[in-house]
Amino acid sequence: MTDENKEENKDKEIKSDSKLLVKNKDVVVPGQILAEGFDFLPSYGTYRKDDKILANKLGLVTMEGKVIKTIPMAGRYLPKRNDVIIGRVTDIGMNAWRLDINSAYTAMLSSREVGGDRGYSSYPKKGSLSKTFHVGDYIFCKIVKVNSQNLTDVTTNDRGLRKLQGGRVLYVNTHKVPRIIGKKGSMVNMIKQATDCKMMVGQNGIVWIQCDPKHESTAVEAIRKIENESHIPGLTNRVKEFLEKQTGKKLDIKEDDEEIRGK
Amino acid sequence: MVYKKRLDGRKMNETREIEAKAGVIKKADGSAYFKIGKTWAYAAVYGPRELYPRFLQNSNKGIIRFSYIMMPFSGMGERVRPGPNRRSKEISMVSQKALNSVVDLVDFPNTVVDVVVELPQTDAGSRCAGICAASIALADAGVPMKDMVAAVAAGVVDNTVCLDLSYEEEQYPDYAKEKLDSEHVADIPVACIPSTGEITLLQMDGIMNKDQLIDAINLAKEKCKEIVEIQRNAIHEKYKYKINKKSMDWKKELGE
Repeated sequence: MTDENKEENKDKEIKSDSKLLVKNKDVVVPGQILAEGFDFLPSYGTYRKDDKILANKLGLVTMEGKVIKTIPMAGRYLPKRNDVIIGRVTDIGMNAWRLDINSAYTAMLSSREVGGDRGYSSYPKKGSLSKTFHVGDYIFCKIVKVNSQNLTDVTTNDRGLRKLQGGRVLYVNTHKVPRIIGKKGSMVNMIKQATDCKMMVGQNGIVWIQCDPKHESTAVEAIRKIENESHIPGLTNRVKEFLEKQTGKKLDIKEDDEEIRGK
Repeated sequence: MVYKKRLDGRKMNETREIEAKAGVIKKADGSAYFKIGKTWAYAAVYGPRELYPRFLQNSNKGIIRFSYIMMPFSGMGERVRPGPNRRSKEISMVSQKALNSVVDLVDFPNTVVDVVVELPQTDAGSRCAGICAASIALADAGVPMKDMVAAVAAGVVDNTVCLDLSYEEEQYPDYAKEKLDSEHVADIPVACIPSTGEITLLQMDGIMNKDQLIDAINLAKEKCKEIVEIQRNAIHEKYKYKINKKSMDWKKELGE
């Protein structure tokens, strides 16, 4: 018996006892009943009340066997360790920069966390941090620590982490970032290939692009298109056709789009 | 005289016409309008975001700040003076408490979710419209909440229990041109969580007896279950619209 058949049988067994009231990839709103009976398990974005499973967030339903969860469609970014993000310097202290990271919380970039990869022999000197990063600079950085109060520490001591010079910055929905990146970066690579852009995508929903003025608007439009249409199947093909039409280039990309999370 | 037929021809358990839409304010994280008859409420939700001054922060969970604002030109008679007044402060407080029990902000300690409700025109039942709009906007903003809150007013006009009083009905003694006591009209706004039937807001204006009170609350509770469907539909509609419109645009672009 193949795996698919097994899956089908499993579904039948479940249906005989309990009732599933939504389809996969449906949009659900808080308080909506997703399933009745005890054969399903609630996961992220859902909760159990008596014999029912209800949604507690706006999101898209995804079934993983018996487990029902939702992928959020709106909401603020919540800092997570090891996320690579883009932050804007809002304040300079004696030993650290404060970054706005498009979240409910700000992040701290200590001067100890700057240097290394940038080729500095020593850390930026205390009291003269503005020589390295100034207020308003955008910095590509990585979260090293988030505590229980969501106080966030970031670092630029890693490969590719740096200050972003030139280019332009877009703010997108945080929860669409996995779709903008695509499977193993397929979507980003496609846009890069089509428009010859430099592009950095932060997990916090800040996207930095730098490219030829000729193709800049195409890249922006493509990103907005992904953001708006990510819950409709066939996204990769649509974006590919859009980019081909706009730039006149032939793109060679594999077609796999059925995974909704991308990452 | 007994109140048998309502002034605007509605049934006793019928609300005014309801219209709701999500995502109407571009710059807000979540937004909605909720129109019930001539009462319009626009709600915008901002956050979760940092809360200052720091002494207001709660390190266990985020808090909600609600502000109810009647626009200067919104009233039936004279201009409403802008800015907070005794009435709007009270309504903001009770509305905040009505929403507090559904919203779950344990993931966002030290933050605030700002809910701003503005009413460009009011007839009656404005706090109920405000709560309905606010709960659509909160859901639209992706705030975790166990259910949406629906609210509607029920009341007694001349010993008859009826739902969702209009301004004329609240002023019934004047309309009847008879010398009736003001006690002949009573009004109770009810907000409830439809999935559990719990009541999160209950106020009363006027006097009614016990049976009438029970009738009125039951009437309102039942209607809340219908109103919450309208609220949910408003959000579903937002995403449906996007699918149709955008995908059609895309087809047009390709000349299909």
